[in-house]
Amino acid sequence: MDDLFSDAVRQLLADQCTPQVVRSIEAGASPADLWSHLEEAGFLDALVPESLGGAGLSLRDVYPVLELCGTYAVPVPFAETLLARALVAESGTKAPGGPISFGDGRIDAEGGLRCSAVHSGKVCDWVLVSHEGECRLLLVASARMTADAFCLDATLIWPLQVWKEAMQVPVKVELRDVQAALYAAMTAGALMHVFNSTLQYANDRQQFGKPIGKFQAIQHQLSVMSEHAFAARMAAQLGLSAESLNIDRLRVAIAKARTSEAALEVAALSHSIHGAIGFTAEFDLQLFTRRLHLWRQAAGSESYWHDVVGAALLDSASAMSLNLIRTATDMTVA
Amino acid sequence: MSQLDSLDPKAIPVEDEALRSEVRAFLSEAMHKVPAHVRARSWSGYSPEFSRELGRRGWLGITLPKLYGGGGRSAYARYVLVEEFLNFGAPVGSHWIADRQSGPLILKYGTEVQKQFYLPSICRGESYFCIGMSEPGSGSDLASVRSRAVRNDRGWLLNGQKIWTTNAQHCHYMIALVRTSGEPQDRHKGLSQLIVDLSLPGVTVCPITDLSGDSHFCEVFFDNVQLADDALIGAEGMGWEQVTAELAFERSGPERLYSSIVLFDEWLAYVRTPAGRTPQAQRLAGKIISQLAPLRAMSISITEKLTRGESPVVEAALVKDLGTGVEQLIPALIADDLFSREADVPLELLNTLNYVTQVAPSFSLRGGTRDILRGMIARGLGLR
Repeated sequence: MDDLFSDAVRQLLADQCTPQVVRSIEAGASPADLWSHLEEAGFLDALVPESLGGAGLSLRDVYPVLELCGTYAVPVPFAETLLARALVAESGTKAPGGPISFGDGRIDAEGGLRCSAVHSGKVCDWVLVSHEGECRLLLVASARMTADAFCLDATLIWPLQVWKEAMQVPVKVELRDVQAALYAAMTAGALMHVFNSTLQYANDRQQFGKPIGKFQAIQHQLSVMSEHAFAARMAAQLGLSAESLNIDRLRVAIAKARTSEAALEVAALSHSIHGAIGFTAEFDLQLFTRRLHLWRQAAGSESYWHDVVGAALLDSASAMSLNLIRTATDMTVA
Repeated sequence: MSQLDSLDPKAIPVEDEALRSEVRAFLSEAMHKVPAHVRARSWSGYSPEFSRELGRRGWLGITLPKLYGGGGRSAYARYVLVEEFLNFGAPVGSHWIADRQSGPLILKYGTEVQKQFYLPSICRGESYFCIGMSEPGSGSDLASVRSRAVRNDRGWLLNGQKIWTTNAQHCHYMIALVRTSGEPQDRHKGLSQLIVDLSLPGVTVCPITDLSGDSHFCEVFFDNVQLADDALIGAEGMGWEQVTAELAFERSGPERLYSSIVLFDEWLAYVRTPAGRTPQAQRLAGKIISQLAPLRAMSISITEKLTRGESPVVEAALVKDLGTGVEQLIPALIADDLFSREADVPLELLNTLNYVTQVAPSFSLRGGTRDILRGMIARGLGLR
């Protein structure tokens, strides 16, 4: 694991991606400042092979950085761009500058290419779109944009001609799997942050003459939160344990399913312990719990991925489920 | 960051993983005729013949030094073996406690004489141990134990009673937590661990029938039991610390994930038939695997800490609380799946389901209740 790299990102995000910055970008301020800090620090080509000018790190190496995108509620597609740039580089071309997100394209009623709920669609320059088995990089500026449920997301519609003329990016993995892996890692980071800040709140908040964390009912809720946060983090790490960009679909399915289940539990418990203050716009908890729900929904909820894992199990030849569990968890010696 | 150590995925070393094919070949042969509802008993299943066979093959006491008849291997080696035993539903109850915690405890705290006396027969699968912790008035509040050993000119005179002692009727020895000085209100102070030979005069073992009809736990009475001087294991007055260290071994292992795995695999065999496969069952199967897989990775990560000599008690509590939750979820969800269908359920599957459903409450009682574990986690988080 490249701790130097993740320590540097952590420091940068702590300085430049404060809750105030997250709020202002969510409210419509330009993300250009935050983005240029990330770009200038030279992080964006972490996954690009050294032979192509990148840092040549593996997914396993950058896991801590992807998790940090959740820990700091990063309001730009930093994690997506890391992956997208590496996928573009792997296909033999150099990615353009600026934030890149992912989209799933469908032909709409008017014959345009429509990508619904592009994550960070309002704050990215490019979208790596998959459509009918192909991937192409499309410029956001050439799309028609409509609002989506989450303030930073957008639905983007391109004239079909734009798709036809865009640069092809041959990609060996399903973009949905890539996104699911990223959201699992980001969810794990947000879960840990929500758990730690709820623990802090329980130590600080006094009622009945003592910190509420002294009450057994609260202690047990925090214990359950910690269990979910740690199990989800382990699942997310397994999801991103590949040495290359060829992520394993079974592991990603488990990662996304488990983190999505934990997101629901931990978000509910954190609000329960915080009481009314956690329900305000002013208090930072909402920056994270809104994202927990968003990322649970993005790239397939837990049941979507349970179906994938269940199919793998039922189609496997072995009578022992342990064999599939081992396939999903055994690590190679680093 | 909280005080809980982060758990990262760890690899089982190649030489330990290599044990798997050997043990699996043996278990495939030994277990293939045993019906699922019997295999579902697993570490409650009792078979001295089976234990001695495992001993002959060098699979018991595998973490103990070769000097005492052990395998001289790491906790990973035991992890691989035990994972296979449990998934096959092998009857490992006879030697289970001795292999899991009594042997390591004697190795850690015992005198040279004690090690030479007890460990070789544990490794041969010939001497079986039980854990004397709970008493009628001391369940979750373990520090309130009242059984008492008093020093005399021949060693220790033991009086009192233990209860819920798993397999005591089949065991040769109990490692008992008893008071050796002070009063019950002194709590953790004045407790010691003694090895009690259960064949001694004054020891009475009475099995208790559980709600499934099995008798795997017992009451054990001590009426002026004269123990030798060297019955004391470890230091006098250090019983509480020793018991706490033992719990990291007890709470993090594969037996906290796989108690319902024989039922799960039996249900899967039905679901894989053309009549059995439904979208609902497929989703349910995926849900269970998605919960078990990260837990296995956590359990292996804790094993790695054990190999480094750490005592990750809080992390182990976390795995046990979550793991037993999945173990209890499996029979609950399988029952709902099977009885939401019109078709008849195969009898063997139904018998297995009913057995696991009945014993499931014990999963989160044995080795510390849910509430005790959550209290321990809260302490690890600095809340207590």
